[in-house]
Amino acid sequence: MALENLKEHPLYQPVLLGAVALLASVTLAWVADATREAIGEAEAADLRDSLVEVLPDGFADNNLLADRVEIDAGGEDPLLVYRARQGGTVKGVVFKVVGKGYGGEIVILMAVDKDGGILGVRVLKHTETPGLGDKIEIAKSGWINGFTGKALDGAVWAVKKDGGGFDQLAGATITPRAVVNAVKSGLETFARHKAALLEGERSS
Amino acid sequence: MSASIKTLVKDGLWDNNVVFAQMLALCPSMAVTTSGTNGLGMGLATTAVLAASNILISLIRGVVSPQVRIPVFIILIAGLVTLVDMALDAWLHELYKVLGIFIALIVVNCAILGRAEAFASRNGVWASCVDGLAMGLGFTFALTLIGLIREFLGSGTLFAQAPQLLGAGFAFLEIRLHERGGALLMILPPGAFAVLGFLLAGKRLLDARRQAGQKSRQKTSDAEESAAPVDTR
Repeated sequence: MALENLKEHPLYQPVLLGAVALLASVTLAWVADATREAIGEAEAADLRDSLVEVLPDGFADNNLLADRVEIDAGGEDPLLVYRARQGGTVKGVVFKVVGKGYGGEIVILMAVDKDGGILGVRVLKHTETPGLGDKIEIAKSGWINGFTGKALDGAVWAVKKDGGGFDQLAGATITPRAVVNAVKSGLETFARHKAALLEGERSS
Repeated sequence: MSASIKTLVKDGLWDNNVVFAQMLALCPSMAVTTSGTNGLGMGLATTAVLAASNILISLIRGVVSPQVRIPVFIILIAGLVTLVDMALDAWLHELYKVLGIFIALIVVNCAILGRAEAFASRNGVWASCVDGLAMGLGFTFALTLIGLIREFLGSGTLFAQAPQLLGAGFAFLEIRLHERGGALLMILPPGAFAVLGFLLAGKRLLDARRQAGQKSRQKTSDAEESAAPVDTR
């Protein structure tokens, strides 16, 4: 009965709404904090796995995660580049590029050899339409392997619909277009910063 | 009590099915049902959130005043989904990599708000929990069915990539019926509308038949009671 009377008070509504919002925010902040480390670790493990996957078997004999350089590629944050060495010399580099897909950002990991040819490309994270755009994942189709061996010269960097050399996916044009453009921009970044990437000092 | 639970389950699975009867949550139903596996994944993730949100809302229903109930429910549901999203990412990362894409979509699922408003805010915790589970499973059933039909017609597979969602033990579910693709239209949005339309028509037909059957039975018993024979045509 007391509660029913209280509910009629004009202040009850804002106070209730505020309390619920506050409670939800506090819980979310607390969980975000509690999970941050585990999520970071899981993502680092994912990155380690994909670093290995994006390079041909036995390509590198060093620990890529420990051998990285940061370059200013024009983005907000410096671009982290992981280097694959054989007997001390850099044979290739691995770095992330981000494409603007249909459902948001597509985070792509690409490996480039020292001459600018693509060693491998993998999609790390995306929010494309399930069943259509998600064929860019290696788990769903082999489409992404079409980049291997391509370089800036010698390939037309667009999907076939736009007169280029890369297949589009059935039902999805924006997604493969975004991936092709992102990989192309990655190659251009590599070409611009080649010297720094191959010979620069490692940064911690 | 057990009778009402039976009604709740029957309502959720068939009579008041989220998709086939209430026509709610059509956005996720259309968007993700490009394969049976996707439908199943979305359905199960939604079931978990739906049961949890029903319980939560039923627990606080006494303090929520009618004027601000909608924003309160929305905050709770959005918070819950985000919570599940973060927890899965952190502690069940492998599962998250498969389900992650669906979880964000649950926020836009109006069926959850619908159940909060229509059921959980008026009923006890136990009944709300059962209602959430039943509605969720009905949703899962609908999505899996739509997904399977679209997948069968559109790409010639059934439960493609099921092992990635359910684990390697479920590889037997994955069936490739023919190599040469199918009608792409069925995978595209129009296919979702077409399949849902036919399914809705099918359900109406079944329900109408069942009703007609009940009526004619009634008529026959009426006829038997009255002495004079009645022409039931």
